[in-house]
Amino acid sequence: MAIMISGASSPLYATRRRKNVITMALAYAATGFGLSWLALILGVLFYEGFSGLSLRVFTEMTPPPGSAGGLLNPIIGSLVMTFLAVLIGTPLGILAGTYLAEYGRYDKLSSVVRFINDILLSAPSIVIGLFIYEIMVAQMGHFSGWAGSVALAVIVVPVVVRTTEDMLTLVPDTLREAAASVGLPRSLMITKVAYRAARAGMITGVLLAIARISGETAPLLFTALNNQFWTNNMNAPVSSLPVVIFQFALSPYKDWQDLAWTGALIITLAVLALSITARFLGSQSKKS
Amino acid sequence: MSMANFTVPTVNNAASNANDLIEKVTVQNLDFFYGDNRALKNINVSLYHGKVTAFIGPSGCGKSTLLRILNRMYDLYPNQRATGTVRLDNDNILSPSQDLNLLRAKVGMVFQKPTPFPMTIYENIAFGIRLYENLPKSELDGRVQQALQRAALWEEVKDKLGANGLSLSGGQQQRLCIARTVAVRPEVILFDEPCSALDPISTAKIEELIDELKEDYTIAIVTHNMQQAARVSDFTAFMYLGELVEYGDTTRMFTTPSDRRTQDYITGRFG
Repeated sequence: MAIMISGASSPLYATRRRKNVITMALAYAATGFGLSWLALILGVLFYEGFSGLSLRVFTEMTPPPGSAGGLLNPIIGSLVMTFLAVLIGTPLGILAGTYLAEYGRYDKLSSVVRFINDILLSAPSIVIGLFIYEIMVAQMGHFSGWAGSVALAVIVVPVVVRTTEDMLTLVPDTLREAAASVGLPRSLMITKVAYRAARAGMITGVLLAIARISGETAPLLFTALNNQFWTNNMNAPVSSLPVVIFQFALSPYKDWQDLAWTGALIITLAVLALSITARFLGSQSKKS
Repeated sequence: MSMANFTVPTVNNAASNANDLIEKVTVQNLDFFYGDNRALKNINVSLYHGKVTAFIGPSGCGKSTLLRILNRMYDLYPNQRATGTVRLDNDNILSPSQDLNLLRAKVGMVFQKPTPFPMTIYENIAFGIRLYENLPKSELDGRVQQALQRAALWEEVKDKLGANGLSLSGGQQQRLCIARTVAVRPEVILFDEPCSALDPISTAKIEELIDELKEDYTIAIVTHNMQQAARVSDFTAFMYLGELVEYGDTTRMFTTPSDRRTQDYITGRFG
């Protein structure tokens, strides 16, 4: 006991305590600093965007400067292109992730694929936009909604590959052995047992991919460009929320700027909803 | 103390005390390799229809490895290979032309940790049946019920067949896994330490079940628990460092083992 007390009051211990207090203070300060910016951004976004939020935003087209209008065409454009991107990217991503986690687990090729996928995962989206511009827009001779969807799909694929592989790797091998032990062929073992066990995580991956692409502007600038009007033609330029925000926010017109704020708020709320759903599903999967 | 007197050749010994035994699985000159590491050394052993054979021995002696050869479970992993012969009836199951899915339907396995599929109790059982048989719903229901009754689980789950298999207790999950195995109508059932994750009451239930099941099946069980081996098995094989040291009638093995190492192990001197 005596040794402990003398140790506690020793200069060494006092220094250690001081260091502890300083480190903790720095950590709190850094967290507070980061969070205050986030709060500031969200605060301004809500303040500026909320006032513009009305039914008209969802029912009217983007207006010419100086007149009233809404964001119907970019909202629909974003939804359609996101939907198509997920439709193209999800099967590819899930199959590739399945190869990495199941069929190719012990192959040399899979570490190469994994490495390339990680590069793609962190590739700047503007590079992907330029790439699709080169192989689709330049070849076709015009901007199009298809090109925009493909560019977004290229962003979706690596996210889904990664989460699918991670989630399948979490499925214990004993479950695979159990499936094999009743005579299940590999394909059924994967689709009926492993996918089921990893389902929540895999869906979370797709939701995160949607959240990721719904704010992407750069790849769309080079591919879908923008469209002032409603279009059903995916072969023509298509409007999207991020590009409209970009264009309207930079304009000198007050009503365009207000619409840009509202658009930004809509994207933020949508991404927030997706993230909450993803988190909810994630916590569900941990429980089971 | 002089156990060296008992030098009867062990395999002969097992065969000699019963003439009406039907050899179901015959392992001959079996070696097994994890990469370059020889994990099993020249194993010779037989499993008999209607009998329970227990494999005992300290951790890492190769008893689970041996069990996993009998349904070629090791084939799921790279760099593992077996040489020698393992006959199921008259087929060498180590032959490359062996259809693994059919083999595993014939040789079922129950694992250390309960491993229900992430689906309903009903589906856990029906799933395996549907793989090999196309039955009308009513007949499938009957088979599911049969299997659950066989595993002494029916009374506990008959009102919640739609519940998730993972919602059951550990002991119930393990009996669900046994029901799932039985439902496919295998000929051999392998138990890989089936009770090591269970409480004593669940363990007693599983042991009782093994005793009932053995009438119709050929059963092999790997266990760390020597009392369990003594309770449930007809034959016992003692393995040590990848070798089958001694094999014979369970009562004899536990009363008058012929090998010094067996003697030391069952008296708790090591392992």
